[in-house]
Amino acid sequence: MATHDIRVTVNGTAYDAQVESRLLLVHLLRDQLRLTGTHIGCDTTHCGACTVLLDGQPVKSCTVLAVQADGRQISTVEGLEKDGKLHPLQEGFWEKHGLQCGYCTPGMLMTTCALLTRSKNPSEAEIREAISGNLCRCTGYNNIVKAVQFAAERLGKEA
Amino acid sequence: MATATVERLIGKAVRRREDLRFITGRGTFTDDVKLPGTHHAAFVRSSLAHGRIVNIDASRAMAHSGVRAVFTGKDLADGGVNPIPVGWLLPGLKTPDFRAIAVDRVRHVGEAVAVVVAETAAIARDAAELVQVDYEELPVVVDAVAALRPGAPQVHASAPDNRSFHWEIGDRARTESALRGAAKVVRTRLINQRLIANAIEPRASLASYHPGTDELTLWVTSQNPHVHRLIMGAFVLGLPEHSFRVIAPDVGGAFGSKIFIYPEEVAVAWLARKLGVPVKWTAQRSESFVTDMQGRDHVSEVEMGFDAGGKLAGLRVKTVANLGAYLSLFAPCVPTYLYGTLLNGLYDIPAIHCEVDGVFTNTVPVDAYRGAGRPEACYVLERTMDIASRELGLDPAELRKRNLISKERFPFQTQVALTYDSGNYAPALARALQMVDYERFRAEQTEARKKGRYLGLGLSCYIEACGLAPSQVVGSLGAQAGLYESATVRVHPTGKVTVLTGSHSHGQGHETTFSQLVADTLGIPMTDVDIVHGDTGRIPFGMGTYGSRSGAVGGTAIHMSLQKIIDKGRALAAHLLEAAPDDVEFKAGRFSVKGSPDRGKTLAEVSLAAYLAHKMPAGHEPGLEMTSFYDPSNFTFPFGTHIAVVEVDVETGRTALLRYVAVDDVGNVINPMIVDGQLHGGIAQGVAQALWEWASYDEAGQLTTGSLMDYGVPRADQLPSFETDRTVTPSPVNPLGVKGAGEAGTIASTPAVANAVIDALSPFGITHLDLPLSPQRVWKAVQAARGGERR
Repeated sequence: MATHDIRVTVNGTAYDAQVESRLLLVHLLRDQLRLTGTHIGCDTTHCGACTVLLDGQPVKSCTVLAVQADGRQISTVEGLEKDGKLHPLQEGFWEKHGLQCGYCTPGMLMTTCALLTRSKNPSEAEIREAISGNLCRCTGYNNIVKAVQFAAERLGKEA
Repeated sequence: MATATVERLIGKAVRRREDLRFITGRGTFTDDVKLPGTHHAAFVRSSLAHGRIVNIDASRAMAHSGVRAVFTGKDLADGGVNPIPVGWLLPGLKTPDFRAIAVDRVRHVGEAVAVVVAETAAIARDAAELVQVDYEELPVVVDAVAALRPGAPQVHASAPDNRSFHWEIGDRARTESALRGAAKVVRTRLINQRLIANAIEPRASLASYHPGTDELTLWVTSQNPHVHRLIMGAFVLGLPEHSFRVIAPDVGGAFGSKIFIYPEEVAVAWLARKLGVPVKWTAQRSESFVTDMQGRDHVSEVEMGFDAGGKLAGLRVKTVANLGAYLSLFAPCVPTYLYGTLLNGLYDIPAIHCEVDGVFTNTVPVDAYRGAGRPEACYVLERTMDIASRELGLDPAELRKRNLISKERFPFQTQVALTYDSGNYAPALARALQMVDYERFRAEQTEARKKGRYLGLGLSCYIEACGLAPSQVVGSLGAQAGLYESATVRVHPTGKVTVLTGSHSHGQGHETTFSQLVADTLGIPMTDVDIVHGDTGRIPFGMGTYGSRSGAVGGTAIHMSLQKIIDKGRALAAHLLEAAPDDVEFKAGRFSVKGSPDRGKTLAEVSLAAYLAHKMPAGHEPGLEMTSFYDPSNFTFPFGTHIAVVEVDVETGRTALLRYVAVDDVGNVINPMIVDGQLHGGIAQGVAQALWEWASYDEAGQLTTGSLMDYGVPRADQLPSFETDRTVTPSPVNPLGVKGAGEAGTIASTPAVANAVIDALSPFGITHLDLPLSPQRVWKAVQAARGGERR
């Protein structure tokens, strides 16, 4: 099978990789770069566990080929914490019990990270709409909504 | 010396200790474990629901670059792999062989026919597609009621009429007589549709064999690693426990579906030994749909009798339970001892009789899914109570009030074997009605109907049973295991504490709640406590987490070990302080002489002395470590009332859940934040059963809802925020007074929502619809009703 040499920047670090044409971005992250914080839940773009930011946009990395990420910036859950300080969303999920098993959490964090970039003070309905492509089977979404509201408030104060 | 004030942690919403690793992407789920040289397994799966395997040609797969081996069911059987056993036996139970890989016949779509091992997962999957399997098609039966009919296709030759068991509970004659004498008998046929747990983490296993030590290590998505070790080791693979280690690391949700011993886990463990390389398999979601044990699938004929005053006179239930193609580990107990025994509900019912037929079909096996039998029982009771309230012309809240067991009658002996530990049911119902403002809602509902808006309210009063026990009783009922829990508390020489618990956390937050318990009891900071779970190599024994048992059973085992630590510590401290043990008290992490608080030793000082062993009291060994096995004297019985408020758009059939009010009594609460979270998740799953979820098979046995596009796992924009409150009735069963909260939400919510939708549709004369109440089903019913009006 044909391979390609690509360069991706993940959480600010550049990586060179040789990948098969069919390799998915999520497998590049998990298996080649050993960034296992990004999870796989369904392989079919429904559950959102694998959500990462590609040039700032949330994408389901099980439906992006690694070659499509060539030359681009990727942000994953591992990059949210900066200088030993948790991102307000991480604080919010922790403070408001926005996770139980923790499996959907990285995808939820990246999706809501993008949400809070485009909307500073989202309503409950906006939050629910934004995460409607991310499945959580544990929380009933109740406390995820509260976690995002907490983070929005925290970010508002910091701004 | 002033006693340090230690803040009490039990009862506080302490944020979870485990969260830091999850929010930073540092969790370790099974698929995250990477071992050098790992090979990957892919399974060839049956595309037919029923067929005879005529030939398997793996030559093209074997020739594929990167493929290490291909094995069939015969290879595994010849290699000493035994069938997966059944963990709960009923009288006369038919237990056909359940093999990891089919040997000569396939009985459901998705059953493994062969396994390919290759250098990468992608190569293994490519090669699996190259394995050519020839089948002779056999007739298929998917519906359990149809499977019982004469002439139905036979799933197993050893189970005539496809019946695995017939089971009864209660008093047949008394119930017959009660129903004959009743002023009114309400009759209904209820279908509790099949569901799929759909934990977001797919099942996975990784096995590694070390020839030097002859040890096999299995990382697996399990709720009960010791149960996996015992059953896989002793029964399936013939491996002794001391050379078989099972690790269930972080597990991404389970809801019952990760209790069982699965074919793929057996195969992977066998392959790692056979091939001498680590072997991994991680399910794709499409595989999860056709291989994870499924839930529910009952058809019940219900007769509920009332006297002239609206008091329950008797209840008779005949249920056909679809077990799927094979008996999964605990399949026989779910539609029997976890179902029939819960049909007393919260009500005073003078006579009950229930009979259940467990039936094989050409579908994925059925076993415990969140609630496991209890949601089915609650649905039978609460749906029928609502139907009865309409037939009796009584308000549904009033009918329930009239029939609740009064608080004076506890412990309450039910008509179906159980003894309820404690309860005070009326306040939870009253509080839920108050929260939803029942009277005002009825007025609003009337007004809305005038404007063509269809609002509905549904009640559900539920009982839950947690921590199946005691072991002697469950053993006499057929359990092939004890249902106690073990815990070791190890106080290190510096006073830091490691707890080894047999419970397993896959979202429940044990590392936090158990730490709260330990920190409070020993008067030390939570950061000085480490909770270890999920590794048979570190934890002596355990029965795991299911049936909402971890707090009541696992927590109590820890409590018992803590008490033993304090007792030994007191003896040591007394010796060191030259005081009588009875004169030494333990408070806030310090042993001191009563009346002379200055004369004391901290837990750390006593622990150090125990490990130095320079000055031990007579009769005491060095060290400070205690193990307990706690076997409860009874279940615990949480309860409560849930109320759903919906609006149905009769033009589209779509139901919007407007409000959801839940008042639960789970006994004493260690961490209210975590308990609320458990309730929220349970409610979402039960709401989804009422409105969206259905594992639906066509006549050929193909799952027609086999992806997350087709199967309605709820999304955030389909649900409101839930409103929760609590009453607290401690359990007398355990010293913590806790009951359990893991399944309550799922049990209560399905009938609450179903009742609300039917209430909304009542102006159309609609009295019942089967679940899920999808837009299509509701729209059709409304259309039919309107057509009826026009005629």
